[in-house]
Amino acid sequence: MKPSRFEYVLPRSIEEAVAARVEHADTVVLSGGQSLVPTLNFRLSNPEAVIDLRLVPGLDDVRVEGEWIHVGGRTRQRDLELDDAVHAANPLIRETLHHVAHPVIRNRGTVGGSIAHADPSAELPCLLLCLDGEVVAHGPSGARTIDAQDLFEFILSTTLEPDEILTEVRFPVLPERTGWCFTEFARRHGDFALAGVAATLTLADDGTIAWGQLAACGVTTTPVRLVAVEDALLDDAADPSRFREIAALAADVVTVPDDESCSSAYRRDLLVGLVERALRTSWQRATERATARTSREVTS
Amino acid sequence: MTSSTYRSPVNDDPTLDISLVVNGRPVEASVSPRLLLSDFLRHHLGLTGTHVGCEHGVCGACTVHIDGRAARSCLTLAVQLDGATVRTVEDLEGPDGSLSPVQAAFRDCHGLQCGFCTPGFLMSVTALLDEDPDVADASDAEIRERIAGNLCRCTGYQGIVAATRQAAETLRDAKEQADGTTQG
Ligand SMILES: Cc1cc2nc3c(=O)[nH]c(=O)nc-3n(C[C@H](O)[C@H](O)[C@H](O)COP(=O)(O)OP(=O)(O)OC[C@H]3O[C@@H](n4cnc5c(N)ncnc54)[C@H](O)[C@@H]3O)c2cc1C
Ligand code: FES
Ligand code: FES
Repeated sequence: MKPSRFEYVLPRSIEEAVAARVEHADTVVLSGGQSLVPTLNFRLSNPEAVIDLRLVPGLDDVRVEGEWIHVGGRTRQRDLELDDAVHAANPLIRETLHHVAHPVIRNRGTVGGSIAHADPSAELPCLLLCLDGEVVAHGPSGARTIDAQDLFEFILSTTLEPDEILTEVRFPVLPERTGWCFTEFARRHGDFALAGVAATLTLADDGTIAWGQLAACGVTTTPVRLVAVEDALLDDAADPSRFREIAALAADVVTVPDDESCSSAYRRDLLVGLVERALRTSWQRATERATARTSREVTS
Repeated sequence: MTSSTYRSPVNDDPTLDISLVVNGRPVEASVSPRLLLSDFLRHHLGLTGTHVGCEHGVCGACTVHIDGRAARSCLTLAVQLDGATVRTVEDLEGPDGSLSPVQAAFRDCHGLQCGFCTPGFLMSVTALLDEDPDVADASDAEIRERIAGNLCRCTGYQGIVAATRQAAETLRDAKEQADGTTQG
């Protein structure tokens, strides 16, 4: 099985890349190729032109600046995973990346490619949504910023326009007094998960839960925020003894029907179990972080 | 320097010139943009040690090193490699033809039966041990997880796990010895 014929475009700037998007009726962007090339090989996609981003400068810069982590769209997943400054700023990112495919795939696969591809089972879109991240897209009329909430539309479909290129992904720095967790269930490590959950949990000064942010992948046509769970965490009475009952509120977001890997009912149960685990782990880490901070303040 | 123009018999695609380094040798070629690196290595350069199983990234048989990192040659276009350095399984043996520590461990531990998956495993495990010498201390379950990106239809993996551990130990011992010599 081999790709059908296409024109190969190798732009040297983002403007040239956008111009190529406009010029050809049907283009795809080659970033890491780890999702695109399989579809070319099987001729599931037969584009007129393939725009290879590899020579566009600046697309693999990573920097932590104030409250944001800026990640160039073409940054390899593996490079982001190994970046210690990023890990210090938000440890949920490395934990999530460990669940994306295998290291050999992450060596080539890129952060922007995974988000633009928008597989509903993919971990990075779920992470972006959980953290209230954003992306920058360049099009014929310049750059615009899109909130994660407004990005994911349907299976493999985003609100990026066909003539736009995703150039940057921004993840917030993890706030203080906050715990985190990414957990998923896949039949083999590295496979796409049957369901996955990204979570952060922030404590108030008195150690009670201030708020939580949770998103799930693999359960419906896009990554999805677990709003019912988040609302329940805002309740004054929310504490770890109620995590099981709060987690149960996640079940209703599942719309994936019975499929060859599991029934819909199983997936609902799985999601609830993962949410409970994510809450407990986040709680524990938040408590540890809050105590470590307090003891630092006392000693200094 | 190797230089040639590869055209598959059935297409008259326009070609692009690329130059890269394969197994330490400079290579220049004119290739169709839709030519996969796996086919470039096998058909153009005659490096048939790189095997092709699934062509969608799942089996790992086609794994090579690109710029020092393990990667799927079936998910890379040859034109993407202009200016890159590629290493294939043919380059693992020593100059005198002796097996590399990873190759020797696969032979010693029965890490192969039919051998179809072996080049991919050798390249993945070689990269893994370069990055992380502590694999020698990992549990079997951890090693299985670390090599889960490669599939084998024959062995049931026991031999492959054992080979990975043995190679990790050999490499660590060699490194400790080398460090000892330079310090003493
Ligand atoms: C065996 C295997 C297992 C995998 N397992 C997982 C997994 O468990 N979880 C997971 O999340 N992923 C998994 N993946 C997918 C992998 O993470 C891909 O790297 C990722 O989905 C796509 O990133 P890429 O850089 O390779 O993008 P590419 O393959 O280059 O592009 C993918 C798509 O996005 C578009 N695109 C890319 N970049 C841009 C851009 N800058 N602007 C606009 N559009 C763009 C392209 O047009 C294309 O349609 C797996 C892949 C393989 C081969
Ligand atoms: S042939 Fe490349 S991964 Fe299977
Ligand atoms: S030895 Fe036959 S596939 Fe692995």
